[in-house]
Amino acid sequence: MEAGRLLVSLDPELVRIILLSLRVTGTALFFSTLIGIPLGAWLGHRRFFGRRLIIAFLYTGMGLPPVVVGLVIYLLLSHSGPLGSLSWLFTPRAMILAQIVISLPQVAGFTMAAVMGVDPALRQQVLALGATERQATFAVLVEARLGVLVSIVAGFGAIISEVGAVMLVGGNIKDSTRVLTTAIVLQTRQGNFDAAIALGLVLIGIAFFVNLAMLKLQGGSIES
Amino acid sequence: MSDSPITGFAYQADHLTKVYNSRAVLGVDSLEIRRGEIFGLVGPSGSGKSTLLRLLGFLEPPTSGEILFGERLRVIDSDVVPIDVRRRVTMVFQHPVLLSRTVFANVAYGLRIRNHSDVTQRVEAVLKEVRLDHLTGARARTLSGGERQRVALARAIVLEPDVLLLDEPTANLDPFNVGLIERIVTGLNQDRGMTIVLVTHNVFQARRLAHRAGLLLDGRLIEAANAATFFSEPSDARTAAFVRGDMVC
Repeated sequence: MEAGRLLVSLDPELVRIILLSLRVTGTALFFSTLIGIPLGAWLGHRRFFGRRLIIAFLYTGMGLPPVVVGLVIYLLLSHSGPLGSLSWLFTPRAMILAQIVISLPQVAGFTMAAVMGVDPALRQQVLALGATERQATFAVLVEARLGVLVSIVAGFGAIISEVGAVMLVGGNIKDSTRVLTTAIVLQTRQGNFDAAIALGLVLIGIAFFVNLAMLKLQGGSIES
Repeated sequence: MSDSPITGFAYQADHLTKVYNSRAVLGVDSLEIRRGEIFGLVGPSGSGKSTLLRLLGFLEPPTSGEILFGERLRVIDSDVVPIDVRRRVTMVFQHPVLLSRTVFANVAYGLRIRNHSDVTQRVEAVLKEVRLDHLTGARARTLSGGERQRVALARAIVLEPDVLLLDEPTANLDPFNVGLIERIVTGLNQDRGMTIVLVTHNVFQARRLAHRAGLLLDGRLIEAANAATFFSEPSDARTAAFVRGDMVC
């Protein structure tokens, strides 16, 4: 009941938390996609010495515990750490950085798998039609578009519901670094279960609608 | 077919080799392809025909040797072939892989990456030429083998290249599609003066279409001559055996 009232009344703090969650996750996903798709495409079609090792690192990255990522980012950004001069610790920037580290292997790994699933002859055939290397890579990515969309969905899924890393590097500071997941933890610890449920519903709702949008994109690419 | 109608060279290859994983698959001492001719390259499976075609299409660099293209460009490493030169050559593969889009989008692909303005007109004209104008909006995956090969041919010829490389373009096709593709190839050469290199293991097809022909055996060019000589009075016993249809070792 209380959960429903909180949602309907659009509590200002709740709105701030939602917007920050979207900003942090959206920005992290943007950079993960920007780096991860070209990286996955490159790994998917190039053969070079050390490729297996890079892929092994990538697969390991796909299974990294977020709390460990948070710990490493924390140590890097702490005052005595190598990146301490940036003063990013306990800011949204630190949370974005941690989420990039978590989602990048997902996006790159699934993109690589999708590109490897495309007939290798396609690349040579579009090159034979006069495509540049970049145009050929793009053509292969378009062919692998369903898998590439899945990679973005996987990257999003890995960070929207993530709590360990953002808690460590963000600190769950009110009006500054508090996001949906860390707020749920706090409300639960304080015994405010209605608020925790309301936040949980919002989180699930966001995940549902984002995935629904992706599904629509996938459907469109199948039909077009 | 009579002798090549136009003088000048499209390609001159010299001491061309290709090695994959320490295995030499090609070793052509000398090959000349004249501008405006149909050159038929015959030979059994695994003789290096497709490899040679990929080198001529600048899709792979030779391991050693050089290719003189259009009497100007020397190619040792295909990575340095300028894109505008590479775009003067297109290739149709034995097993065409089409983009998972419509027939129109497949044929328009090469024009779009070149930022052509008259894409629709040119695509429609070519689709009519290959008799696929009724399938413009069809999905590529729904096509038959013959239709797929005609789409592959259409997306290459719509670009109006100087040189068209054809790798077994009618293998496993029915007589209707074979006849249609052969008529189109002949028309491209006669009407537009397009240089065509036709790789085929079908001696009869090479005899029907080529002005000149060459036999590739174990990666080596055994003989290259005008069609009349090559098919009727070959100078090499292996060419004579291959043309007769005898087993060649």
